[in-house]
Amino acid sequence: MELLPVIEWLEHTGAGTAIRDSTWLFPCIEAGHLLALALMGGSVLLVDLRMLGLGVTRLPVAQVCRDARPWLIGSFVVLVVTGVLLFLSEATKCYLNPAFWIKMAFLIAGTVFTFAVRQRVALAGGAEVDPAMARRVAVISVVLWSGVGIAGRAIAFY
Amino acid sequence: MLLRLFEAVQAMPASLAIRESRYLYPVIESVHVLSLCLFLGLVTMMDLRLVSATMRSAPVTEVQQRLFPWQMLGLAVMAVSGVLLVFTEPLRFYGNIFFWMKMTLLVLAGLNMVVFHTGVYQRVADWDAHPVPPTSARIAGGLSLVLFAGVVICGRLIAYNWYK
Repeated sequence: MELLPVIEWLEHTGAGTAIRDSTWLFPCIEAGHLLALALMGGSVLLVDLRMLGLGVTRLPVAQVCRDARPWLIGSFVVLVVTGVLLFLSEATKCYLNPAFWIKMAFLIAGTVFTFAVRQRVALAGGAEVDPAMARRVAVISVVLWSGVGIAGRAIAFY
Repeated sequence: MLLRLFEAVQAMPASLAIRESRYLYPVIESVHVLSLCLFLGLVTMMDLRLVSATMRSAPVTEVQQRLFPWQMLGLAVMAVSGVLLVFTEPLRFYGNIFFWMKMTLLVLAGLNMVVFHTGVYQRVADWDAHPVPPTSARIAGGLSLVLFAGVVICGRLIAYNWYK
C-alpha cells in the first residue's frame, strides 16, 4: 500500500486545513507542545536522576516513579495530541522529512522502553532496585528521549 | 539608548559571523530549546512539590537541594544560548513585542523566586516535611508555574513577529 495518498488525505482533513489556514493556531499548538515538553522532560529526568543515584535520594526509586507518573502520562498525552495536530497541518512536509522519521523511530523506542522496561524496573519489588541495572536503564532513557527531542528540533531544518 | 546598544551589537563581527553561519544559529537554538527540559522541567517539579502535587512524602528541602544543581546547570546553558541568540540578531529581537514580554515575565519569575527564598523558605524547618506547604509557599509555586509558562509561550511566539 502506498503511504503518500494517506498522508495527503490526512493533510486535507478538517483539522489539518483549519490549522494551516489560521495565523495563530499553529504557533499556539507549538507553544502547548513546548510546555508539555518541559513537563515531560522534568518528569522523565526526575526518575532517571533518581535511578542514577543523583536525584531525590531520600525517597525510594519506586516512590519517585509513582510520584512522577501522572505528570509523565499527562504531559505525554498532551505532546502526542499537539504533535498529531502539528503533523496534520503539514503532513506531506513531514513525510518527506528524514528528521521526522528519525524522531518517530526514537519516539516508538522511547515510549516502549519507558512503559515496558523503565517503569517495570523502577516499580519492581517495592524495596531497592539493583543500582547497576537502574543506572543502565536511566542512561538508555535519557539517550532515547534526547534523540526524540533533537530529531524533533531538526524537523524545522529540512 | 538601548537601541544604540542593540545596533552596536548587530554590527559586531562575531554577531555577523554567527548570523552568516549555516549551522551555528540552528545549533544554538536547539540547545536553548532542549535545555528547557533540564531547567524548566526540574523547576516545574519543585513548583509542583510546593503546590503539594508531587513527592508529598519528601521534605521540601530534599527536593530543593537535590534538584538545585541540575536546575542551575540547565539555567546556565539556557542563559548562555539565549544571550547568544539575541547577540546574533539583536535588532530582530529589539522590535519584537514577544521578546520584551518574555523578558518581563522572566524578571517577574526571578523576583518571585527571590521573594520565596528570602521569605517563607527561611522558615522551612517549620513546614519541611508537611505534605501541604503553607499558603505563601503554595502561591510562590503556583506563580512560578504560571510565569514560566508565559515565558515559554512568549519565547515560542518570538518566531512569529506579528506586531512590529
